[in-house]
Amino acid sequence: MANLVGAKIERKEDKKFLTGKGRYTADINLPKQTYAYFVRSPHARAKITKLDHSKAMKAPGVIDVFTGDCVAKDKIGGLICGWKIVSQDGKDMKCPPHPVLAKDSVNFVGDHVAVVVAETLEQAKNAAELVNVSYKVQRAVTRTDEATKFENIHEGIDNNLSFDFLLGDKGKTDEAFSKADKIVKLDVVNNRLIPNAMEPRAAIGDYNTSSDELTLYTASQNPHLDRLIMSAFNAVHPEHKFRIVSPDVGGGFGSKINVYAEDVVVAYASKKIGRPVKWVAERSESFMSDNHGRDHVTHAELAVNNEGKITGIKVDTIANLGAYSLVLAAVTPTYLYAPLLLGIYDIPTACCTVKGVYTNTAPTDAYRGAGRPEATYVIERIVTEAAKEIGMDQAEFRKKNFIQKFPHQQCLVHNIDSGDYNAHLDKAIELADYKNFENRRSQSAKKGKLRGIGFSTYFEACGVAPSAVVMSIGSGVGLWESAEVRFNATGNVSVFTGAHSHGQSHDTTFAQIVGDKLGVAIENIDIVHGDTDKGPFGMGTYGSRSLAVGGTAIVNACDKIIAKGKKVAAKMLEGKPEDIDFKAGEFILKNSNKKKTIGEIAFACYLPGTFGDVNSPLPEGVEPGLIETSFFDPSNFSFPSGSHICEVEVDEETGETKLVKYTVVDDFGTVINPLIVEGQVYGGVAQGVGQALYENAHYDESGQLTSASYMDYTMPRADNFPQMTLDYTCTPATSNPLGAKGCGEAGTIAAPAAVMNAVIDAVGTDVQMPATAEKVWKALKKNGSKKAAA
Amino acid sequence: MAVINITVNGIKISKEIADNTILSDFLRDDLALTGTHIGCDTSQCGACVVHLNGNSIKSCTALVADCDRSEITTIEGLATNGKLHPMQEAFKKNHGLQCGFCTPGMVMSAVDLLKKNKNPSEQEIRDWLEGNICRCTGYQGIVAAVKDAASKM
Repeated sequence: MANLVGAKIERKEDKKFLTGKGRYTADINLPKQTYAYFVRSPHARAKITKLDHSKAMKAPGVIDVFTGDCVAKDKIGGLICGWKIVSQDGKDMKCPPHPVLAKDSVNFVGDHVAVVVAETLEQAKNAAELVNVSYKVQRAVTRTDEATKFENIHEGIDNNLSFDFLLGDKGKTDEAFSKADKIVKLDVVNNRLIPNAMEPRAAIGDYNTSSDELTLYTASQNPHLDRLIMSAFNAVHPEHKFRIVSPDVGGGFGSKINVYAEDVVVAYASKKIGRPVKWVAERSESFMSDNHGRDHVTHAELAVNNEGKITGIKVDTIANLGAYSLVLAAVTPTYLYAPLLLGIYDIPTACCTVKGVYTNTAPTDAYRGAGRPEATYVIERIVTEAAKEIGMDQAEFRKKNFIQKFPHQQCLVHNIDSGDYNAHLDKAIELADYKNFENRRSQSAKKGKLRGIGFSTYFEACGVAPSAVVMSIGSGVGLWESAEVRFNATGNVSVFTGAHSHGQSHDTTFAQIVGDKLGVAIENIDIVHGDTDKGPFGMGTYGSRSLAVGGTAIVNACDKIIAKGKKVAAKMLEGKPEDIDFKAGEFILKNSNKKKTIGEIAFACYLPGTFGDVNSPLPEGVEPGLIETSFFDPSNFSFPSGSHICEVEVDEETGETKLVKYTVVDDFGTVINPLIVEGQVYGGVAQGVGQALYENAHYDESGQLTSASYMDYTMPRADNFPQMTLDYTCTPATSNPLGAKGCGEAGTIAAPAAVMNAVIDAVGTDVQMPATAEKVWKALKKNGSKKAAA
Repeated sequence: MAVINITVNGIKISKEIADNTILSDFLRDDLALTGTHIGCDTSQCGACVVHLNGNSIKSCTALVADCDRSEITTIEGLATNGKLHPMQEAFKKNHGLQCGFCTPGMVMSAVDLLKKNKNPSEQEIRDWLEGNICRCTGYQGIVAAVKDAASKM
């Protein structure tokens, strides 16, 4: 059998999606189903002075209305922050109560106030209009940079400060700065984004009054984790009687990690009324109440000596948590952010502070890349400015400061196991034809366009993550992953993974791994995920972890299958287990022509009475069946890296920026399926380009979200991109047997800096993201352009 | 309420429906054709694109009443006798889909493009698909798929 790993294999999951047979949560309809519609706060900050739902209760078709009082009375717990961090004064971060339905106050537009459950969606919507809520509106704080100066929005949380985090050595860094030949300073804004998975969130609670079993169908990236949280913290239902199914999920990008109020409420409501309760988000609800991402205001300084070596970095960031602290809200702008500020440079000392602030905006949390795009943007912008200020070529300046030897212990957190940064930068420079860029700049100038080039040489820490490490810095759970491989009696294989695919193509990638390991055709391998009733507890998919962690668990479970198979084969072939080789699906007795296929071994394991005419093929002490489980806890993060080179053309008259050339060379370690990996990179880059040029979640001063539809929030479209150029280098990861590093977030991490460096190169002056035509035009005018239209 | 006569994926349907019934809801809720997706409230995302008398439309902004005596083709009706349409094949071959949510609308739009323009340039493909939002692919695999399908159809 040809090697499956490394092959461009078309996806196993495609046919169902291409023929309209995908089964997303909104596609599920259950007998006696009812519909939920949420009453949401129209105000960013207000006290609820009265809530009267008596009229709604009497409306046609209404079955029940639930409010904050109901869930409080039934002791339904609030939503949690799952990873708590400690401030530099040693105190725990401060988290306000976050009830699933507001009781006394609302804190962002879209905050959940009540839910109406009715026979039809139309009836639920109509009745929701009749829920009479009186609000005492208060002044809202929305601006990240002003949050600490505003009155407290949550009782007991002074200056709206959740935490004041510090990482690094302040004394040593100050000293480096005092000795620096040059200090480069930069202020950057990491604009607030809305993840916008194309499938809006949806949830159906289905309580079985006979068996006392509760099933929740929900569009989640991590159903087991949801069940754990909803059992342990929200007290919705005991874990052993609670099943969560996340069927086909239409994109996540971090926005489907959290347990949301709607999940808890439909599950609770189903128990209360004894019927299924279905809720599907309208897009405007997604805009308002999905977790948002980014939203940092940062001041950074880089110390450089006359030889062009970086001697230290200082970064101070204010991170907007929004109204509450969600599951990964605190770790995203701290441990996922600060260590990455070093980039791939050998920087001897660093100091980073992050103030996490509450505002009257939708809560923020992980969004594709989670902390790493924000950090990469800071370091790749300031490195570019530094090269400019000291008059060095930006590629040369980067190379001069690259980490050269591995493993490399960075001065903050990470111990990078492998990499070759010169290799991917050299390859990218070649592919991007960097040496002829100035010619292209001149050509563009002849057309009246300003052409710019931007670099982003990034790394990221993914494959999350060693449990002992993450739990020592506040994670509520370990971040191992599980797999169960069931070799069936008839020769096919069911693989249960704790990872969850919502576009990542696990059905294919994991089948390629198992196919190679066990010598089984991929059409005979089924990858099962997304149902807590099937397979062991798993942690889910985020942080580019599925292959490095989940894939490794699958490899280890396959190894256990092979080890057991060898024992059985030894007995059947009349040899010793240590004399059995396993290759391409066959157990072979060394120095003989005696062999058994893995299918024969599996058959014998399940039907031990059928072997020969005397004895069982199972050696003494070996149990029947051929099912193995593995839980893999990685020893380290994995560290993909790469070089992105972007070219843009800016229309000097209008300020419109066009992406004209984009080159990527990544080092993801071992690549299982290049077709799928390319797709991940393309999509990731598109999201990064979106942040740089188009996307911006905007709240006005009163806290109204003015970008709450696709008419107002600019999503990247097909006509925004040129064909990109992609290639790879490879230094395998040493922290897992696959050598895989992870590829899901890399594009989004690297792209904003590459694009903005190009825009700023073209414009000749600073521009903040997103570089809309208006902003660029203003920058051009300010910079004295005569061509910029009046 | 009014009785409408409509052909969906070759099957004639006569049904009494409320006057304000939206085509996408009718397909999903009444006919259980859940391949047509609803991704936004503003007719922007294109996940709901179907063919009305051979032309692509956004079914989230069409009234069923307006489709009386019309022929509708949804993503479920594109493959014939279990054989994928060349556009579906091309999406598979070129990794033109990831999470699959925008895919039905994207494929239906692309099929219509090739009806109207047999050999579109890359820019024409990108311009045509401007009304279909994909968050996963960066449109690279999609554009490659449409080019590939054009070369084979």
